[in-house]
Amino acid sequence: MLIPHPLLGLRDAQEFTYLGDASLLNRPDTGTDADPEAFFAYTHLRDNPAGVHRELWFHEQGDRSWLVVTRNTLTHEILGAELASDVKRGLA
Amino acid sequence: MQFNGFRVIWEGLTGHKGWKPLWRDPEPQPEYDIIIVGGGGHGLATAYYLANTFNELKVAVLEKGWLGSGNIGRNTTIIRSNYLLPGNEPFYEFSMKLWEGLEQEFNFNAMVSQRGILNLCHSDGQRDAFRRRGNAMRLAGADAELLDQDAVRAMYPALNIDNARFPIKGGLLQRRAGTARHDGVAWGYARGADRKGVDLIQNCEVTGFRIDAGRIKGVETSRGYIGAKKVGVAVAGSSGRVMAHAGMRLPIESHVLQAFVSEGLKPVIDGVITFGAGHFYVSQSDKGGLVFGGDIDGYNSYAQRGNLPVIEDVAEGGMAILPMLGRARLLRAWGGVMDMSMDGSPIIDKTHIDGLYLNAGWCYGGFKATPASGYAFAHLLSTGRPHETATQMRLDRFARGYPIDEKGAGAQPNLH
Ligand SMILES: Cc1cc2nc3c(=O)[nH]c(=O)nc-3n(C[C@H](O)[C@H](O)[C@H](O)COP(=O)(O)OP(=O)(O)OC[C@H]3O[C@@H](n4cnc5c(N)ncnc54)[C@H](O)[C@@H]3O)c2cc1C
Repeated sequence: MLIPHPLLGLRDAQEFTYLGDASLLNRPDTGTDADPEAFFAYTHLRDNPAGVHRELWFHEQGDRSWLVVTRNTLTHEILGAELASDVKRGLA
Repeated sequence: MQFNGFRVIWEGLTGHKGWKPLWRDPEPQPEYDIIIVGGGGHGLATAYYLANTFNELKVAVLEKGWLGSGNIGRNTTIIRSNYLLPGNEPFYEFSMKLWEGLEQEFNFNAMVSQRGILNLCHSDGQRDAFRRRGNAMRLAGADAELLDQDAVRAMYPALNIDNARFPIKGGLLQRRAGTARHDGVAWGYARGADRKGVDLIQNCEVTGFRIDAGRIKGVETSRGYIGAKKVGVAVAGSSGRVMAHAGMRLPIESHVLQAFVSEGLKPVIDGVITFGAGHFYVSQSDKGGLVFGGDIDGYNSYAQRGNLPVIEDVAEGGMAILPMLGRARLLRAWGGVMDMSMDGSPIIDKTHIDGLYLNAGWCYGGFKATPASGYAFAHLLSTGRPHETATQMRLDRFARGYPIDEKGAGAQPNLH
């Protein structure tokens, strides 16, 4: 699989390590009123869709940036990639 | 349909015209007591024990493709009970004992072969961990032996004992472990269930659940609605997709695992060897092919095929430990989709919906569990209580903080 890195162009997926569902960017609040249910869901539960999936890849053997890659889990077709920092900023 | 020596000779002389299907091809009835979703090893074993051991009368198995089209026909057929934790080991040893009597039980040749499994170790620390595991196995009634370097060398002269990076210092041997014919297991259970009146319904995909006031009423399928008092889901790699129809999110990701077989060779490896440190394991099939594999590809996938980097990785692991592998030609490579749970251990439990039960999270080790998984799931479905060896395999263990975490690695969906 080739990942279209927003800064570096097409890179072999082997240069990356994989973390999983991009919803991991939305970590629940850790304040005093932290919700154990929300943390359980964050740590353990996944949508696990068959089809389009947004997921976190780390460019370990490259520029060490985190990417949000959009990929089809049925065909392995890669539909796009963004810097996770951009996505996170968009979320805030 | 029965097989015996006389019959084989007779059919050979008469042009093989007398063979009949092993099971019926029934139309779905409007309602069943118990519906099992998924006609893989676990679903068929569950149906078998429901009908044969728990005397359930109206049972159906709904399979979206053909029986055995999933992982039951794609695995590398290793059976073993060499786990560490009390939540797992008694269950897998129960499974091992069922394997030992399986062919007599369902009168079908599943080619169960207790040829032994050897886990290689390369350091003092690893040997200590193996000693601990071996003792845990013995406490649960399984067999385990710690071998030193000379014993490993004598057993498998072809191994590269003096590998520079991973010198082989010894190994943990379970002699009662081995292999079985995966298709034969599915067919034996299917025939045994069919004979007791279980409807095995193929080309019937479950597309939804009918739930009323928190209780299961039946399932929507590609062949219409079918009512049921209880529904047990055993769809392995598709668990996430299927349970999403009931509005559930699971502690599971679906990943692809590849496996490989070489051309047929003369006998060279008479047991199973695992090289965990190098992500490689191998055995030799009765036809002579070296059957081997390694790690999962490592990203969510429902594709039933993997990518080349993992093939390279597995081949490198193989060459490190078994250099003669380089002379063999690869015959086939394939992949299967597995339900990787967040602690690497399975789930056999009720759900929050009355009458809806789940059997999932088998990762890449569920073939060895087939008999016990079927038995324990049938026990739960029929009696409402978990089997004594499966009491920790609960769905809520993650929320309660009681994972069965063999590796002590924390929540991640890429464990064994
Ligand atoms: C390459 C590979 C090697 C492996 N090696 C080993 C090994 O050496 N030892 C070991 O112990 N384990 C091994 N495993 C793991 C083992 O194969 C699985 O854990 C086990 O087979 C899963 O249970 P099953 O047999 O019921 O699954 P499956 O055979 O996959 O059964 C699930 C069934 O559910 C059906 N289904 C899915 N969705 C629906 C739906 N909506 N409606 C109706 N039916 C549906 C599928 O079509 C499928 O037939 C391996 C797996 C792979 C992929």
